[in-house]
Amino acid sequence: MSKVLKGLLYSNDHEWVKKLNDEEVLVGITDFAAKELGSVVFVDLPEVGDAVEANTEFGAVESVKAASDLVSPVSGEVLEINEDLVGEPEQVNEDAFAAWMIKVKLSNKEELENLLSAEEYEAIL
Amino acid sequence: MNEVKRTCLYQAHVDLGAKMEDFAGFMMPIVYDTIKNEHLAVRQASGMFDVSHMGEFAVKGKDATKFIDHVFCNHILDKEPGSVTYGMLLYENGTIVDDLLVYKMSNEEYFLVVNASNVGKDYSWLVDQTDDFDVTVINRSEEISEIAIQGPQAEAKVKQLLGIDLSSLEFFHYGYFEYGPYNLLISRTGYTGEDGFEIYASDDAITELWSIFHVGGVVPCGLGSRDTLRFEAALPLYGHEISDTVTPLEAGFKFFTKIDSDSDFIGKQALLDQQEEGLKRRLVGIELTKLAIPRATYEVYSNDELVGFITTGYLSVSLETPIALAMINRPYNKKDTQIQVKIRNKMVPGFVRDKKFLTKNYKTKGA
Repeated sequence: MSKVLKGLLYSNDHEWVKKLNDEEVLVGITDFAAKELGSVVFVDLPEVGDAVEANTEFGAVESVKAASDLVSPVSGEVLEINEDLVGEPEQVNEDAFAAWMIKVKLSNKEELENLLSAEEYEAIL
Repeated sequence: MNEVKRTCLYQAHVDLGAKMEDFAGFMMPIVYDTIKNEHLAVRQASGMFDVSHMGEFAVKGKDATKFIDHVFCNHILDKEPGSVTYGMLLYENGTIVDDLLVYKMSNEEYFLVVNASNVGKDYSWLVDQTDDFDVTVINRSEEISEIAIQGPQAEAKVKQLLGIDLSSLEFFHYGYFEYGPYNLLISRTGYTGEDGFEIYASDDAITELWSIFHVGGVVPCGLGSRDTLRFEAALPLYGHEISDTVTPLEAGFKFFTKIDSDSDFIGKQALLDQQEEGLKRRLVGIELTKLAIPRATYEVYSNDELVGFITTGYLSVSLETPIALAMINRPYNKKDTQIQVKIRNKMVPGFVRDKKFLTKNYKTKGA
């Protein structure tokens, strides 16, 4: 069984979004996605300052066998990346909801309304 | 569409919780635990693979030796019964039909082990070549199952668990052994770069052996680690390093051909011509200097020029560095040439290196 955390927003591409304040969010992949992928051996993240666009690839998370695109659920500017994942990609498997990937300054807050609630996300699993 | 087949070990894989996928028309285990744990079990102790999907043909007849010499690119005339020889079947243009193992029973009988994905193609192609020979090709893939026991402890495990002493079985040789009511053909061969064995037998025998090895601590390994292991040992996989668009010379396997001998074989003239004209590309090793994973089909550049493509690549499980095999145009195939691999629209720097990612731990006689 995969975990779904209440209070987060979710995309159909199995990313989660956590609102930090009105303008900033953290983005990561869900427990379901991490389990599907198997042991994560590499996380390829954008640079701080890069622009990300909703429904567009911004990096990749890779298991031994395959690379999976990270698809951004929101548009905006990358304020921070989780450097810890570069050295310890296994954190994604250990706790997918703690292993945030990018912190984004939103350029279009209305996009959050297109995302799923925890209940809605659980229903598609 | 053909129905996806199951090997005799299908239920055993499901019971072990394997992640199962369709591979070459068979539901096969990709991984049971993690690819890394399974990979390291083979490097450090012992692991076992269900390879019952592989194809097996018997070639029998008065002209069997002449026929194998004609269709097989490696030497066979000098081989004795009990030997196993690795090599390839080639088209007239020198590209590769398949790679295979040839087990010699006698001058009138051989046993061929081919890739699961190529069984139908290989069988038709072989039969098409039989016109001028007194020989029969029989597809025995359905009735023969196979497991591979690989790793530095493989020999000890077989002795401990089956009571079969394989210490005198030489590298690339086989023998017949009995276990209870079962007849086993066991060869000292494999696809991991480690010492080990491949065991061919009936479904009943293989199902029982798998269970005995599992209880005895031999780690079940899926196709995921089979690929990372063979890759580190720079062993080719059909469809990646070798294919019907690549010749053995381009792939760096001249050693496995007899182009310098008197034997005539299909594809020989094309290889000689290619050698004379000079190769336009070669299979090389690549190592990246920045952390990223070069995967099959990714493009390789030298400055802005496209110079080749990745055939297989991983973040090496044993070495923890990003390494790959790649088909690279001359002259960029020279060692230490700076290259870039295009990974998700980023150019990741690296260099050309040898393919000896890992020293092979084969148990060979002499020295």
